[in-house]
Amino acid sequence: MDFIEGLGRSSRISFNKLGRATHFLIQTISGVMSVFMRPRLLTKQLYSVGVMSFLIITISGLFVGMVLGLQGYYTLSDFGAEETLGVMVAASLVRELGPVVSALLFAGRAGSALTAEIGLMKATEQLSGMEMMAIDPIKRIITPRFLAGLISMPLLAGIFSAVGIIGGQIVGSGLLGVDEGAYWSQMQASIDFYDDIINGVIKSIVFGFVASWIALFEGYDAIPTSEGVSRATTRTVVNSAFTILGLDFILTALMFGDH
Amino acid sequence: MQHTRNQDTLVGLFVASGIAGLFFLAMHVSNLSSFSDEDSYTVTAKFENSGGLKVKSPVSAAGVKIGKVTSISFDPKTYKSVVQLSINSKYNTLPDDTTASVFTAGLLGEQYVNLEPGGSETYLKKGGEIEITQSAIILEKAIGQFLFKSAAEEKK
Repeated sequence: MDFIEGLGRSSRISFNKLGRATHFLIQTISGVMSVFMRPRLLTKQLYSVGVMSFLIITISGLFVGMVLGLQGYYTLSDFGAEETLGVMVAASLVRELGPVVSALLFAGRAGSALTAEIGLMKATEQLSGMEMMAIDPIKRIITPRFLAGLISMPLLAGIFSAVGIIGGQIVGSGLLGVDEGAYWSQMQASIDFYDDIINGVIKSIVFGFVASWIALFEGYDAIPTSEGVSRATTRTVVNSAFTILGLDFILTALMFGDH
Repeated sequence: MQHTRNQDTLVGLFVASGIAGLFFLAMHVSNLSSFSDEDSYTVTAKFENSGGLKVKSPVSAAGVKIGKVTSISFDPKTYKSVVQLSINSKYNTLPDDTTASVFTAGLLGEQYVNLEPGGSETYLKKGGEIEITQSAIILEKAIGQFLFKSAAEEKK
């Protein structure tokens, strides 16, 4: 009986949280117009969300591409198919690893920082202070950060994939002797602009949306104590990772299902 | 003021490099730059059997890719496979007695349409049909025939 009761309670609590999160999202999106009035708020957040994640994304992308080049070469050379290394590296980066790994890094690097920042603002009653001055904290604080995440994510994923493909080329044709022309021409013959690249960009926009939503909501919803903020930050990283990987499976099944 | 200007510069650099990355993916990694539909013409070829040919399979002549397969359908009247080939308009001097055959690149590679030009003076036109075709070689069929033949020889 206790188990059934516990299940009922936890579903009531998570249902309630889902409702609050949706309400929060609607409020956030309805504040978009006021950000267009003050674009400086947006560039400031693009700086802290996008520019600050640039280095980690570039370096990780380079290494992921180099590892793909090495591992792909070892497997493909067994079949005498080293020339298709470019296809393997580009397809796995553009379709999966680019959007997913950059979204996971984004959630760890920028999402946790957003949660901690907003949680601390709430704990030190800065958000209530703004309300006292008749400034809507959602419009002033939340929406610019949300938009910055939404804009940064596809750009970061594009940088990640591009740098990774170059990394794969450095290892593949620079160190292991795959023909450089074959690397690029096989890639161009197999990668489709709409099926692969546009779908990858759509994935990264969805991930950017979800990761920023989770990070901002967890911060806004945090219990205003130092322990509450620390828990909210942990939840952001864990929940974002779960959601990104789960959504990636669904999106892949929808986008690449008919191949 | 100096601080905000620095920030603006860095944000600008970030956005520019993001767009450059996406542009690189579009132009250098994908097939967007190689063929667009505008500068190509379509011809039809009917095969007895088009084998494992797929939409987007390459069309090549003398080993060089000159186009791609745009559609494959079954004709219920002649029981043939109707394959639409989109060929780059640069190569508009193919004779109208060109032979189209379905080949396999290597033993396990993908299938493609090979065009072998004939000797006619008139060229293939837009919407024209390649009349001389050669079907795909179905490996199972060939092995089956070979086994059947060697079994028959042993009986003698």
